[in-house]
Amino acid sequence: MQGSERRAISVSVNGSRHDREVEVRLTLADFLRHAVELTGTHVGCEHGVCGACTVLVDGLAVRSCLMLAVQADGREVATIEGLAPGEDALHPLQQAFKDHHGLQCGFCTPGILATLVEYLAENPEPSEAELKVALSGNICRCTGYRDIIAAALDAAARLREARA
Amino acid sequence: MKPPPFRYHDPRTLAETVTLLGTLENAKLLAGGQSLMPMLNMRFVLPDHLIDLNKVAGLAHVEAEGRTVRIGAMTRQRDLERSALLAAKLPIIPAALAHVGHLQTRNRGTIGGSLSHLDPSAELVTVCAALDATVTVAGPGGTRAIPFSEFPLGYMTPATGLDEIVTEIVFEAWPAGHGFGFAEYARRHGDFAIVSAAALLAFRDDGRIGRAALVLGGLEPVPTRLSAIEAALAGETPSEELFAELCRPCAELEAMGDALVPASYRRHLAPVMARRALARAAGIAAAAIH
Repeated sequence: MQGSERRAISVSVNGSRHDREVEVRLTLADFLRHAVELTGTHVGCEHGVCGACTVLVDGLAVRSCLMLAVQADGREVATIEGLAPGEDALHPLQQAFKDHHGLQCGFCTPGILATLVEYLAENPEPSEAELKVALSGNICRCTGYRDIIAAALDAAARLREARA
Repeated sequence: MKPPPFRYHDPRTLAETVTLLGTLENAKLLAGGQSLMPMLNMRFVLPDHLIDLNKVAGLAHVEAEGRTVRIGAMTRQRDLERSALLAAKLPIIPAALAHVGHLQTRNRGTIGGSLSHLDPSAELVTVCAALDATVTVAGPGGTRAIPFSEFPLGYMTPATGLDEIVTEIVFEAWPAGHGFGFAEYARRHGDFAIVSAAALLAFRDDGRIGRAALVLGGLEPVPTRLSAIEAALAGETPSEELFAELCRPCAELEAMGDALVPASYRRHLAPVMARRALARAAGIAAAAIH
């Protein structure tokens, strides 16, 4: 049967290797949630519009609903669960979002933070206007974006300080 | 929403890919997946076979030899956006890419995928038309070159045969210091354009326009080449008034209408985007001289 085509894959998620046999049609988002059981990656629209499922694959922010799990074979995936440096510590992005109320329900937050990890590494000192464009692919239905932008600007400053 | 069942193939060479495409029934090529994956998730397409191009060697590159620039079909939009070579030779491509989707989609999306999907509003389609690109396709009979003017056959229908694959897009760069402008109106940043315009201007030594290219995207199912305006621009001194006057008749062009955007609104945008793209091109060329 066609639906039963499966493949063995090996994906590194937040530094741990996961060997699984998956259906070839499984998306990376569903692989992370159902096979690896990391449910911090959220699935919103499932057609690449909302940005909630954004993760980093080999350091690049991508929509995990628009990639197949088999395409992540042999690659490094980073999700929200791997962002904090430890149990009791938050990443500067997480701390800034907490301090500025950059989230309400939190559904969109993992995707926003994944996007910002790549974007701020490349653009450490963005303007407010540039940040709005950078986050245009992440939809939030609670906050009205104001606090998200404030948090992102503050996170950029904290990351610059940490690097200095 | 989950993709329908399919058989998955991930060939490593172009020859293998062409053989698979020529022998498998109801096969689809998967490039960056930013259009096909949503269509699979929504089950708008039900292929029996999915041929993933992401491991095929030799399809991702940006190369130049003299004025000829070659871009591999699987080159990511993000790599085009950041290419120093394109910024120097074909600067309208990175300018247009600033409007294409988002960081996350450009990290995966490819130029070959965008042209093969051929959305009427896709920025890269409009720009390839303005640059008179040539599309190289490979099939069982070998390769052939398709001039971009013959590439879009109709709504989302490229001239690529069912057993052919786009491998490379070839451009002839305009002279150094040429003017380029890309303008579009979309409801949100990153959305497909409702109407877009790509303009290129080369100037003579006396400051008058030597050569012009002007194309509208999103208005009709295929790019709208504004040849009459291009001809009228030659020999003229650029000015806002000239651009406005020459672009005014664009409001009478044929235009698509749909549930969200009536044809009358696209017609309203046509002259506005055309003159803005020209003004940007003229401004950039002037800045390059001074």
